[in-house]
Amino acid sequence: MSLMEKHAIFEKNSIVLLLGIVIMIAIGGLVEVVPLFYLKSTIEKVEGMRPYTPLELAGRNIYIREGCYNCHSQMIRPMRDEIERYGHFSLAAESMYDHPFQWGSKRNGPDLARVGNKYSDKWHVEHMINPRAVVPDSIMPGYPFLAKTELDTRHLADVVKTNALVGVPYTEDQIANVAVDVAAQKNPDDKNVDAFLKRYPKSVARDFSGQPGKLTELDAVVAYLQVLGTLVDFSLYDDKANLR
Amino acid sequence: MARPVETKAFTLEEIGYSIFLALLAVVCVILAGKAWEPQMAFHAVVGAIFAAAGIFLIVKGFQDRIAQPVQTVDGRPNYNYAPIKFASIAAMFWGIAGFLVGVIIASELAFPALNFDLPWIAFGRLRPLHTSAVIFAFGGNVLLATSFYIVQRTCQARLPGIVTPWFVVLGYNAFIVIAGTGYLLGVTQGQEYAEPEWYADLWLTVVWVVYLLTFLMTLWKRKEPHIYVANWFFLAFLVTVAVLHLGNNVHVPISIYSYQSVQVFSGVQNAMIQWWYGHNAVGFFLTAAFLAIMYYFVPKRADRPVYSYRLSIIHFWALIFLYIWAGPHHLHYTALPEWASTLGMTFSIMLWMPSWGGMINGLMTLSGAWDKLRTDPILRMLVVSVAFYGMSTFEGPLMSIKSVNGLSHYTDWTIGHVHSGALGWVGFVSFGALYCLFPWLWNKKEVYSLKLVSWHFWTATIGIVLYICAMWVSGIMQGLMWRAYDKLGFLEYSFIETVAAMHPYYAIRALGGALFLVGALIMVYNLYMTVVHGEDAESVATGAPALAPAE
Amino acid sequence: MSSYASVAQFAQTWGLVYFFVIFAGVLAYALWPSNRRSFDEASRIPLRED
Repeated sequence: MSLMEKHAIFEKNSIVLLLGIVIMIAIGGLVEVVPLFYLKSTIEKVEGMRPYTPLELAGRNIYIREGCYNCHSQMIRPMRDEIERYGHFSLAAESMYDHPFQWGSKRNGPDLARVGNKYSDKWHVEHMINPRAVVPDSIMPGYPFLAKTELDTRHLADVVKTNALVGVPYTEDQIANVAVDVAAQKNPDDKNVDAFLKRYPKSVARDFSGQPGKLTELDAVVAYLQVLGTLVDFSLYDDKANLR
Repeated sequence: MARPVETKAFTLEEIGYSIFLALLAVVCVILAGKAWEPQMAFHAVVGAIFAAAGIFLIVKGFQDRIAQPVQTVDGRPNYNYAPIKFASIAAMFWGIAGFLVGVIIASELAFPALNFDLPWIAFGRLRPLHTSAVIFAFGGNVLLATSFYIVQRTCQARLPGIVTPWFVVLGYNAFIVIAGTGYLLGVTQGQEYAEPEWYADLWLTVVWVVYLLTFLMTLWKRKEPHIYVANWFFLAFLVTVAVLHLGNNVHVPISIYSYQSVQVFSGVQNAMIQWWYGHNAVGFFLTAAFLAIMYYFVPKRADRPVYSYRLSIIHFWALIFLYIWAGPHHLHYTALPEWASTLGMTFSIMLWMPSWGGMINGLMTLSGAWDKLRTDPILRMLVVSVAFYGMSTFEGPLMSIKSVNGLSHYTDWTIGHVHSGALGWVGFVSFGALYCLFPWLWNKKEVYSLKLVSWHFWTATIGIVLYICAMWVSGIMQGLMWRAYDKLGFLEYSFIETVAAMHPYYAIRALGGALFLVGALIMVYNLYMTVVHGEDAESVATGAPALAPAE
Repeated sequence: MSSYASVAQFAQTWGLVYFFVIFAGVLAYALWPSNRRSFDEASRIPLRED
């Protein structure tokens, strides 16, 4: 009886074959995934990063709902042309509060990782309503309905809570004031603006969609777009700090 | 032939599924009543209707069936073909739907006015619908049909149970309906190729586990000592897809009454797991499982054993071992640590070897019978699919090299690469398998018209060539334009100039896709005519379809 | 990070050995002379009419 006849067990025994497959596929996945939860460069927080404000988070959910990630990446690679076109290359820490990540894989439109503060709110509003009115050669679909749809904030607190549950450091205070903060970020004259700005440093309260008194989905989307890539101050950031 | 006379009673299996579906229906009704969003309420109602329909079908099946299904008739296995027939027809339906949506979104990129500023048909929502429809709906149903056919025939055993095979096939298609309608309504997790929301994911998990068990139980019932190699590939596909699905869809719903959920992982970790999932969906869903089709249908149609069974074993182990590492090549130059993307690149390049080993094995099966390619357009389709497999598994490792990827990533080159694999390999091998399966399942001599198969072949081939050439040109051109500098050292083109330059290629791509769709429509007509007007084969060839399988 | 160096060292040595052993194992199994007959037999399974 040869040694190899024992190996014939693979072709004869389905459970052994199944276990062989599981072992084979487990190794590669584990080796590549597990270290990422321990490496300094992938888990370290960078100065300036904060969780999204409730309004930005609502905008991010609309961004996901409309499938923006199918055409827009949010990951600038460290290449000369990309840095000159879009700004400093993206850091791991900059998407650490993104559940799920939105790096994307295709640029039918430009990268959005640092689109924040690049254009005015008004530009974004007109561009979302009719992209070709602003950029004649654009192939982006128009999203006029965002400006007409009122933002549904009924369950936003639950979204924030669930984000906190999976590790985004929202404080009790932030979770308790979701509705207040949404209203404050939309209206710079709101009495709660100061408290809001204290809860979310480096954020801005203003009428993003230019429709006073009317909180629409467009407000949320523009607020989200305007914060993208603006939180880390690269004049202070040390590029070498996170290298091994 | 004397049929065994039994007193008919509900089997434990029928009772179990009925109770499960009844509970599910109750849960769905409660969810529908308390749902936070109209989308959730809609899906809960759909779920309740499907569950109720399931119970109805079980009861109706019980009334119609005579007794327990017999395992053998006249010494031959009494194969269960009815669920396979359903999956084959579903594959054609979803195929046409998926190709059509593909043509629509290709046209939207060429002519953006076609988005009509409507949320439901905007590119961002239709693109996931297209990818899921072609991969999971068309591809998935082809795999359900072929895996259930191959495992029964190579094991000479009937699928286990009365309800179970139907539960897998119908349950899977219910998942497709829930996922697809969700995309149109904006219900998405926002992870590519893993867009279905948490409840759809849970449902798929249930169906998939039953699928795996059905497959395993058929293997256990086999009369052959060997498990034929095609079944190895199917088993790897079943197990790995289950692992991938569970690993990448760890979402916490904000409430059980809401469709919205939050991914547990974030940023880099999420990206790595997503592309571990994404690339192995290619590796195990679109490659391993369709290779199983190749290992059965090519030998069967050519009427000769596979070129080298030994090579197929090496092919199998090397393929599944190497593929699982390749995911990080989707994340070159990103915030993912470089060692991970280097690992991904290394294994992707090594993957070239087993891939070509498999291709050679498939092609060389025809050695000594090459003349059949001239006379048999179905075999030609199968063989050309293997050639496309070779082409895209050469291109893939090439594109995983970092410096090449630096140019190709984010451009249409990737889209072209995917489609040479998807249209050429997965599409053609599926068409070839369906052309074989329909006559076998409906007990016909041959497809209605081989000439129409030829027409399908050439229309689709021209479509593919137009598609991938347009994407090569536009992808490489766009990559080069992004990094072009003028004499003064400034970026030469604004982004929108590169978009404008793509227009003619996008139009050509849409035309190529339309030709592929026309080819598929020819197939639908041909196979419809095969079933309705095809010439019957002698009854010996394919078992005894007269025995009505219990639905 | 000093553990990086040791992990890399481990991967580059034992990782290589591990890959090689698996590959050699698969190769030996597939090419073992006494398996030939059973493989030939298995390869004819799809062609058998029933």
